[in-house]
Amino acid sequence: MAYHKITLTINGEPEQVDVPSNMTLLKMLRERLGKTGTKNGCAAGECGACTVMVNGEPVNSCMILAVECDGSEIVTVEGLSDHGSLAPIQEAIMESGGVQCGFCTPGILIASQALLNRNPNPSEAEIREALVGNLCRCTGYVRIIEAVQAAAQMV
Amino acid sequence: MTYKFIGKRIKRNEDPRLLTGQALFVDDVDIPGMLHVAFVRSDYAHARILNIETEAARQHPGVVAVYTAEDMGDEWAPGPPLVSPPPTLAGVIFNSRRQSPLAKGKVYHAGEAIVAIVAESRYIAEDAADEVRVDYEPLPVVVDLEKAMGPDSPRVHDDLDTNLAAHMFQKKGDYEVARAQADLIIKKKFFLDRGAAVAMENRGVVAHWDEKSQQMTIWDTTQAPIPIRNGTAARLGLSQKQVRVIAPFLGGGFGPKAMMFYPEEMLIPWLSMKLCRPIKWIEDRRENFYATTSERQQVHEVEIALTNDGRVLGLKDDFLHDTGAFDPYGLTIPLNTQCHVTGPYDIQNIASNCTAVFTNKPIVTPVRGAGRPQGVFIIERMMDFAARELGMEPLELRVKNLIPPEAFPYDKEIIDQAFAKLILDSGNYLPVVEKAREMIGYDQFIKEEQPRLRAEGKFVGIGITPFIETTGVGPYEGVRIQIEPSGKVNVATGIGTQGQGHFTSFAQIVSEQLGVAVSDVSLVSGDTAEFHWGTGTFASRGAVVAGSATLAAATSVRTKVLKLASKVLETPEEELELEDGVVRVADLPHRSISLGELAALANPLRGAVEPGTEPGLEATDYFGPAYGATSFGVHAMIIEVDPETMMIEFKRYITVEDCGTVLNPLILEGQIHGGVSMGIGNSYYEKMHWDENGQLLNASLADYLIVTAHEMPNRIEVGHLETRSPFNKLGTKGVGEAGAIPVTACFTQALENALEEYHLEILESPLSPNRLYELLRNLTMSTYGREARK
Ligand code: FES
Ligand code: FES
Repeated sequence: MAYHKITLTINGEPEQVDVPSNMTLLKMLRERLGKTGTKNGCAAGECGACTVMVNGEPVNSCMILAVECDGSEIVTVEGLSDHGSLAPIQEAIMESGGVQCGFCTPGILIASQALLNRNPNPSEAEIREALVGNLCRCTGYVRIIEAVQAAAQMV
Repeated sequence: MTYKFIGKRIKRNEDPRLLTGQALFVDDVDIPGMLHVAFVRSDYAHARILNIETEAARQHPGVVAVYTAEDMGDEWAPGPPLVSPPPTLAGVIFNSRRQSPLAKGKVYHAGEAIVAIVAESRYIAEDAADEVRVDYEPLPVVVDLEKAMGPDSPRVHDDLDTNLAAHMFQKKGDYEVARAQADLIIKKKFFLDRGAAVAMENRGVVAHWDEKSQQMTIWDTTQAPIPIRNGTAARLGLSQKQVRVIAPFLGGGFGPKAMMFYPEEMLIPWLSMKLCRPIKWIEDRRENFYATTSERQQVHEVEIALTNDGRVLGLKDDFLHDTGAFDPYGLTIPLNTQCHVTGPYDIQNIASNCTAVFTNKPIVTPVRGAGRPQGVFIIERMMDFAARELGMEPLELRVKNLIPPEAFPYDKEIIDQAFAKLILDSGNYLPVVEKAREMIGYDQFIKEEQPRLRAEGKFVGIGITPFIETTGVGPYEGVRIQIEPSGKVNVATGIGTQGQGHFTSFAQIVSEQLGVAVSDVSLVSGDTAEFHWGTGTFASRGAVVAGSATLAAATSVRTKVLKLASKVLETPEEELELEDGVVRVADLPHRSISLGELAALANPLRGAVEPGTEPGLEATDYFGPAYGATSFGVHAMIIEVDPETMMIEFKRYITVEDCGTVLNPLILEGQIHGGVSMGIGNSYYEKMHWDENGQLLNASLADYLIVTAHEMPNRIEVGHLETRSPFNKLGTKGVGEAGAIPVTACFTQALENALEEYHLEILESPLSPNRLYELLRNLTMSTYGREARK
């Protein structure tokens, strides 16, 4: 297996990693860099638990190879809060009761944040559309959608 | 009763960790030198294993070891039976057949583990697994429940004469007498099918045998860490002290994670001991569909006997229950079905005949609801049909048969999953029904809105369904509480947690007794090194059983606090109050001492701890209920069917719950929302499609459709009434499964109502847009046929 030296920014910090060609971004984050906040629910692009931002876009990190991210800017759940103070979207989801087991939460936070970045005042329908690739088995989504609306008001 | 913390909408203690990616899940455990496992699993649902060729895999670079059942030698043994059949039930037949760590000689369902490959990485283990060759002799496959019990059916287990896994009969009164007195008898046959639990986190086990300390540590996605510890110690010949099982944060449980022992749970610790290396196995999504348990398949033949004025005299139910290839979980699910098939109704004559059947499909164990949704579906369907025959309003017929408030405690005379007679502890059902009726605007919808919308060509329908949920069964749980010199409070309990908010709701109970902030109470749950007595989180029992134990322990600590503070402050106990982390004299608030200081005094460095007393401010207590606590609720919905696409829109969704004392409405409502979303999936989107060869045709999240943000109602309105349970001091009843239990029954009612003009009769679940289209097409075709003949 060929190895590649890639350079990328993760949550604002520059990183250099030596990765084999077949390693996904998800695996690199979790196993190489110890960023285990990003979760694996299917490794097949079907659940959204592994969503991270790549150059501002929400991406299923299980479906993209680490080598493809050479030179990219990545944001994971660990990068949302600022030195211990929660980001508005995190606050809002906590307030509304939108977390239960929390396994889908990192992906949902990133997908929601990406939506808010490109559309600071999304309608309910737009929020549903943006979250349709993020499965949650615990909450029934209702409060997550409320939380995204509330977060939009907070910023 | 007025509480300061209990019943308050308090944010969850655990959320900051979960929101920042700092919570530990099993797959996050990383130990230097850790090896990874992949399994070779059966392609066939039923086959003899003729030969297994593993040499190429063993030679694969990076592979450390390869094990088949044969390679395990004498250490190969099937899992223990988890729950035996109820000893109190006369004439029960139970054929116990158990899963094993690796298949030996024969495979019983597709996806059964045959070979374990241990390698330096999962990628390598998977590649090597592809190099294993298994030669099979395919055998005829048992899939269909009714055919399985036919005389010519192939058999799942060679040593049994039939596919009968169990048989049990339960009765109350005499159904035949009721039948003879009845004005109306209705008979129907129903088909219910399997669905998967689909926790977003797949299962996983990490085991670390440390040769030097002779200690085994296991991180396991289990809902029941203590039984796993005890069983693992026994299997490996270790003392219980040598085994520590940790169920850290779990990404959802919903029942299947309470199954013991999964083959992987038996095997991974054993491998770690054999190889003296830490070993990790994380289930992939496809394995989750094949190797994790599922449930709900039953076939019911039901008869209901009524008077002309709508009094239900009796109910008879003969049903087949799919138990899959093995039955380690005993009869929990069908017992629940038997307990719920008469619902909240006062029915004096019941005959329930259950036959559990082996099939060549994965093992069946409880999934959120655990047999209850099936029972509720059956009785509510029968009520709908009866109302139609009698020309009564569906709700009126139901109200007429509700158990009246003066009848509690009400003896159903049916044995429940705890092997005790089902006694409904308390309830006042009618006000709950009335509240739901009012919230959804039942009368107005029927009289005004529906006719208006129908005139506009819209297919809108309403459903309203009462139900009970038996919860909070024994045997017991325990809790230890300790105040630290910092003033913070530590709580440890044995039950695991999978997202139910225990870190917060139990903290609220402690805060109520000790007067400390909820955020100053930290809970450890599911780590056997912290607390090693208990059973687990299932059957909606966490809040009731472990919650009650928490109350008991907190009360004991409070007693110790008051005794010591009374001495220090030289004030009688009655004049002291616990507030804001201090004990103070009620009228002289400046005369106070903090809990932390008291904790330090209770653990002195000099002097003596008096004989008969213990150091510290700590207590351990247990709670074991003789009977469970039964919740009551009503779900109501208004839906619209798109006649072109058969897609459904939920216009309104209402639930009214009476689960006794509410610990935290934020958490309670969350449990209900989640249950409803699962119930909607179970009703209209989720069905495991097994073909006649026992292959699952939709074993991925792209093909097995759980509800997304699109299919959910915009809002779920939750109403609440409170009848405290007399069986525990908190007065609480469980609610973990309530959200899911009545949804299918209610949805089916609403769907038939929306399509009233077609006179659709729905006798199956789950449905899907396709299936609904088929049902309607068949109906219109037969109508067409009849007209053509005229
Ligand atoms: S893990 Fe990437 S989409 Fe499921
Ligand atoms: S909170 Fe459990 S899957 Fe979303």
